Amino acid sequence: MKHIVKILSLLVAISAFWIGLLQAAVVPRTHTWLLPIYFVVSLGCYGLLMVGIGLMQFPTCPQEAVLLQKDIAEAKDFFKHKGVDVGSD
Amino acid sequence: MAEEKESKGEKKYKYSIIIPTYNERLNIALIVYLVFKHLRDIDFEIIVVDDGSPDGTQEIVKQLQQLYGEDRILLRARAKKLGLGTAYIHGLKHASGDFVVIMDADLSHHPKYLPSFIKKQLETNASIVTGTRYVKGGGVHGWNLMRKLTSRGANVLAQTLLWPGVSDLTGSFRLYKKSVLEDVISSCVSKGYVFQMEMIVRATRKGYHIEEVPITFVDRVFGTSKLGGSEIVEYLKGLVYLLLTT
Repeated sequence: MKHIVKILSLLVAISAFWIGLLQAAVVPRTHTWLLPIYFVVSLGCYGLLMVGIGLMQFPTCPQEAVLLQKDIAEAKDFFKHKGVDVGSD
Repeated sequence: MAEEKESKGEKKYKYSIIIPTYNERLNIALIVYLVFKHLRDIDFEIIVVDDGSPDGTQEIVKQLQQLYGEDRILLRARAKKLGLGTAYIHGLKHASGDFVVIMDADLSHHPKYLPSFIKKQLETNASIVTGTRYVKGGGVHGWNLMRKLTSRGANVLAQTLLWPGVSDLTGSFRLYKKSVLEDVISSCVSKGYVFQMEMIVRATRKGYHIEEVPITFVDRVFGTSKLGGSEIVEYLKGLVYLLLTT
């Protein structure tokens, strides 16, 4: 099944649950009307939290740049002796 | 060593490494050297798909062919810049390996990770092994805070909308079983890095077994940048397209 269908079914299920809550009036109706807003806001907050956490934990590798320069020097040296012209730009 | 392999019934696999190039005269030589350095006991071929580079990339490749052999380095050029997706398809046509590796020519993808891709695939029999920059053991160098922010934001958005099953959607350092690449690539129509996203998402939807290995990504050492334009808009359009059609 296409992904969008999965997402839409999920939304339909959540909406059905919400309408059910409205009709059953187990929770006071004023609260229930606000639930979609709470849902969207929490989703947004969750997203921002994930971005923030990801940003803090973003893996960096400064040593790789150094290693790369070494590799480049090694390769250039190799090619100089083999007659392949790899002069720098 | 050979006896051990035979008694275990291990097959010797061949790997085709497709590298699309455009104005990568210096980098392609460096990449080829590093691939040969890190894949000593592996049967492989490098397929350079050059889109008519004006800087003499093809001349360098021909010199490399003299040095390493025309059976190890294949030059399959095209007349002009025709895009990444078609470059892979073009390279695929000439690939004789059991597995196909795609990687960038600008040294952001380091050939030293090739053995870990191969090992992971052999261990898990995965259909696709994709490199991820975003897990422990991987990483990025050369990105400022803004770049990291957009990358992370884009990733969270894509994860929420698409449930892709991989941590790095736009990465293009991947190993595919040849038949799997042929199958997935035939159903992809996007361009640029959205194409990379489409490939991995379609592969997930088709149920292929995908594994990840950490890789490090050093941004743009040599060569001129080929990225430009309003990337964010393209990215969002790509996300919506993938949301609706996969």
